[in-house]
Amino acid sequence: MRRLAPILVAMALLATVPLITSSNVVLNFLVMALLIALVGQGWNLLGGYGGQYSFGHAAFFGTGAYVTAILQMRYGINAWLGVCVGIAAGALVGAVIGALSFRSGLKGSYFALVTLAFAEVLRIIASVAPITGAGVGTLITLDLRPEAFQFQSRAPFYWIVLALVGLSLILIRMIEDSRFGAYLIAVRENEDAAQALGVNTTMVKLAAMTISAAITAAGGCFYAQYFLFIDAGIAYGPWISVEALLAPIIGGIGTVFGPLLGALVVKTLGELTKLVTGDAPGLDLVIYGGVLILVVAFAPRGIAGILADLRHRLLSPRTAVPASLERGHG
Amino acid sequence: MLSSAILVPAVLNGLMTGAVYALIALGLTLIYGVLHIINFAHGALLTAAMFAAFFAHKLFGLDPYIATIFLTPLFFLVGYGLQRFVIGPAAHGEDRNILLVTLGLAVVIENALLYAFRADTRTINLPYAFDIVEIGTAFLALPRVIAFIVVLAVALVLWLIMRWTDTGKAIRAVAKEKLGAELSGIDVAHIYAVTFGLGTACLAIAACLLIPTYYVNPHAGNAFVLVAFTVVVLGGMGSVAGALIGGLFVGVVESLSGLYLGESLGQIGIFAMFILVLLFRPSGLFGERV
Repeated sequence: MRRLAPILVAMALLATVPLITSSNVVLNFLVMALLIALVGQGWNLLGGYGGQYSFGHAAFFGTGAYVTAILQMRYGINAWLGVCVGIAAGALVGAVIGALSFRSGLKGSYFALVTLAFAEVLRIIASVAPITGAGVGTLITLDLRPEAFQFQSRAPFYWIVLALVGLSLILIRMIEDSRFGAYLIAVRENEDAAQALGVNTTMVKLAAMTISAAITAAGGCFYAQYFLFIDAGIAYGPWISVEALLAPIIGGIGTVFGPLLGALVVKTLGELTKLVTGDAPGLDLVIYGGVLILVVAFAPRGIAGILADLRHRLLSPRTAVPASLERGHG
Repeated sequence: MLSSAILVPAVLNGLMTGAVYALIALGLTLIYGVLHIINFAHGALLTAAMFAAFFAHKLFGLDPYIATIFLTPLFFLVGYGLQRFVIGPAAHGEDRNILLVTLGLAVVIENALLYAFRADTRTINLPYAFDIVEIGTAFLALPRVIAFIVVLAVALVLWLIMRWTDTGKAIRAVAKEKLGAELSGIDVAHIYAVTFGLGTACLAIAACLLIPTYYVNPHAGNAFVLVAFTVVVLGGMGSVAGALIGGLFVGVVESLSGLYLGESLGQIGIFAMFILVLLFRPSGLFGERV
């Protein structure tokens, strides 16, 4: 319970925001940041804790979004049920891709490449298949009732995505403290050694990828309900794969709060760029890419690592060695 | 059933397209063979080279084939600098970090191009772009025939460099045994950068070969590089012969599946092949190192 306290406090604080301001700009900004935090948390489980870097988390995000939208629009299924099925579908796609690639022993560059390829295949299929609306995309009809997962104001959306982020934080914390979490970290640190000690590494990676995909798919489902429109480029486009890994890496890879911290910083940077230069296409991503390289080069443990170093330095002023050097770059 | 009158030109055209794929794949496989990393910035660098070839024509009236003389060394230097001063130092020697740094570079380059030139699609007009060469029953566009010949020449030059020059020998030494090479006095960081430069220089040549018949926009390079990934995986990461044969093969497959299935499904055919090879034979059909 003590380990969950920081999560509950953070969530409680964030939950008060709509009571303080009803500004659509602020809420919209925070909804997008929380959405990226959620999507990034999915990536973080597989990439941060498991060491398997996926460049194609769009595959899960897009599947969640499309399943949610298609079930509602083509089959008249209730939106909330659609979201649940969307998350399950995303998890299934994760399990299938994971089973195929881990059983073939793909890791490192090859794993990144195959996940990227799957996301691209899904994008191309979605841009030509009739059921996804092909090039036109899928529009969810406006129906502002809570039963339809649509709301008059942004506040309920904000609380829902906040709740999802909170759940993902608790889930990751529980995994971190579990035997499964220990196995996963062992796989990241030294897969051969973990296997030699009797860990079924393929199953561990597969389980991580399935849960990871489910979390990211939840983000996709929420996206569909929030914007009520998706097309192949949004749902399966490379942008979401990049943001999914950007948030945890900048915030602190393999830490519970990393994706949330990273998403807030990334989105703030994005908004600042827009303020300074106007709505120029591309410039925010130039900065994201630059920050990604700088973080990898100079702060491999992200913001969480910098904060830990600061705390370390403040609490024990006599030791001049920052924690990152003691523990090495890992 | 399609007669040979349609089939032969389709195969020949596929070979011509495949040659450019092979050249792009050659750069990718060279970098992988020596540095053991997949360069995710390859596509963005190709796009940058295509823009360079476009503006060389637009601003200075340089014919793309003549621009090769200037752009190839320029992009060699770009690649050298990127590896020596960005990727190498930033990655701290960790493979996972190299992946992220090349991805970061790709995002930066692609979006900087988007910011500078917007999403507009640009083409250049050359008087000879629509000239036709007749080979047997097939009519082939002149720029594609030139591309095919140039790629073969580049592959030969590259082979000669690797085989007979000191730098080439050093590159092969580093690819085989990095520590041993370092111990015998080879500057590994320099050789890494040279290799990255050579791979990037291949892109400059490919861009000059593409621009007479193809368009350029900030995402133009991506389509080619995804194909090049397929080629490289098919031919075996790090195998130069594999890249050449794989490139020609994929070109023909694409041309034929385009003929039978239509344009967009032809693309899926390539991806399907890519994923199948990755899953069932990740070492490729010619899996060997440079």
